[in-house]
Amino acid sequence: MSKTLKDPTHRRYNRMVKAMTPGSNYLQGYARAFWVGGLICAVGQLLSLFGEKILGLPEGSDAMFTSIALIFLGVLLTGLGVYDDIGRYAGAGSIVPITGFANSMASPAIEFRREGLVLGVGAKLFTVAGPVLVYGLSASIAAGVIYWLMGRLS
Amino acid sequence: MMKQTIAFNHRLALRARASCVGPKEGKGPLGWCFDRVLKDDLLGQATWELAESEMLRQTVSLCLERGGLMPDQLELLASGDLLNQLMPSCFMARALGRPFMGLYGACSTFVEAMILCGVMIDGGYRNNAVCAASSHFCTAERQFRSPLELGTQRPPSAQWTATAAGAALMDTAKAPAAARLTHGTLGRVIDYEVTDANHMGAAMAPAVADTILAHFEDTGRDFRDYDRVITGDLGWIGRNLLRELLRERGVAVADEKLADCGASLFSQEQDPHAGGSGCGCVASVSCGYVLRKIEEGAWERVLLVASGALLSPTSSQQGQSIPGIAYAAALEADG
Repeated sequence: MSKTLKDPTHRRYNRMVKAMTPGSNYLQGYARAFWVGGLICAVGQLLSLFGEKILGLPEGSDAMFTSIALIFLGVLLTGLGVYDDIGRYAGAGSIVPITGFANSMASPAIEFRREGLVLGVGAKLFTVAGPVLVYGLSASIAAGVIYWLMGRLS
Repeated sequence: MMKQTIAFNHRLALRARASCVGPKEGKGPLGWCFDRVLKDDLLGQATWELAESEMLRQTVSLCLERGGLMPDQLELLASGDLLNQLMPSCFMARALGRPFMGLYGACSTFVEAMILCGVMIDGGYRNNAVCAASSHFCTAERQFRSPLELGTQRPPSAQWTATAAGAALMDTAKAPAAARLTHGTLGRVIDYEVTDANHMGAAMAPAVADTILAHFEDTGRDFRDYDRVITGDLGWIGRNLLRELLRERGVAVADEKLADCGASLFSQEQDPHAGGSGCGCVASVSCGYVLRKIEEGAWERVLLVASGALLSPTSSQQGQSIPGIAYAAALEADG
């Protein structure tokens, strides 16, 4: 709707649509995303402490343990049909943490299981996460190249 | 010759009606009026698509039973849904084994099918026909949007695809019926360059206004001639846009005269955002509620205007705007 429309009737109508459509409640959205996202991070911190102090994991392994545990929780809650409700409430608060990534992989896997393991799950597993991976990896490669170049120059 | 409207010559009786909705729809404000409310929206089937097909089959069968027609006496089955290649309708038609015409008009399909049935019977080519349509939240989500369990948010303008089906049997038998179809107005595809796939009410409202005005011009009628003008599925926002569009053209309409299937099927507390949508929404509300009201004598004459957003995942991804269409059917108490 950002591009200017040539037809004046259409332009006027799109303005009218914009005026008559309620916007998202951003303040409420921020608040919900903040506390749910914060809660997920706090759970992650507790898991990390649990790994370090109780399980006695060596330095670095506790972070891996935390990631694996959070991914497990994300997939479990998706499988139980709870994560979509959390997502509807919390928005980015539950999409951004690693549990959201787990959800974006598990939900197509469940959804397309009925089309078979190869053409269903295999082909559709990355429908949601795919673009994130493609551009996330591309960005990290670009960042890596810049980092390497800077090291060369100094 | 009228521009877009067909005035039927014969008395086209709407002999029987049947409707079926999912659990969420059953808890809505119109839950009481449907013939069947599903407890399990998978209906014991292996997939959601088969579940939708089975829901449609059961609804059509119930409609035939109500009309006292053996399945092998049915002469035309006109049906549609939202899915690619009309899987639910085709599989339903496979089970019933009767002459079939599959239609796609998105959420307008039910009225499109009703007009086609009317033409076939009025022309003397068929003695009876069933028009039907269905939609299922879980099949529509996976085709048009994202996996069901994905935790995302939808904007307030998005509509909720109804899990619902409706079927009506039409014939020319002499026995008194609840309602009859007198006019059908064909829609034009109208596009006011709305591109937001999460705002279908806005995309369809201009098409609805166009069809309503064409119907009035063709028939010489106006809002005063109808007890209700029932649109579907504009939702709450789309209905306001329609009222505004009509007002701009100098047509004022009283608030209580204009109802919308999508805005009636759910209550705001059920969080359907802008309202219900899907072929099954108009079909079930027409068969469960509108025809019932005419049958009970509450309404004498109703204009049913079903609208469809003719987008596809491909057209949206290619950045195209959303074409809309609306078909109108004038229904009258039989007597």
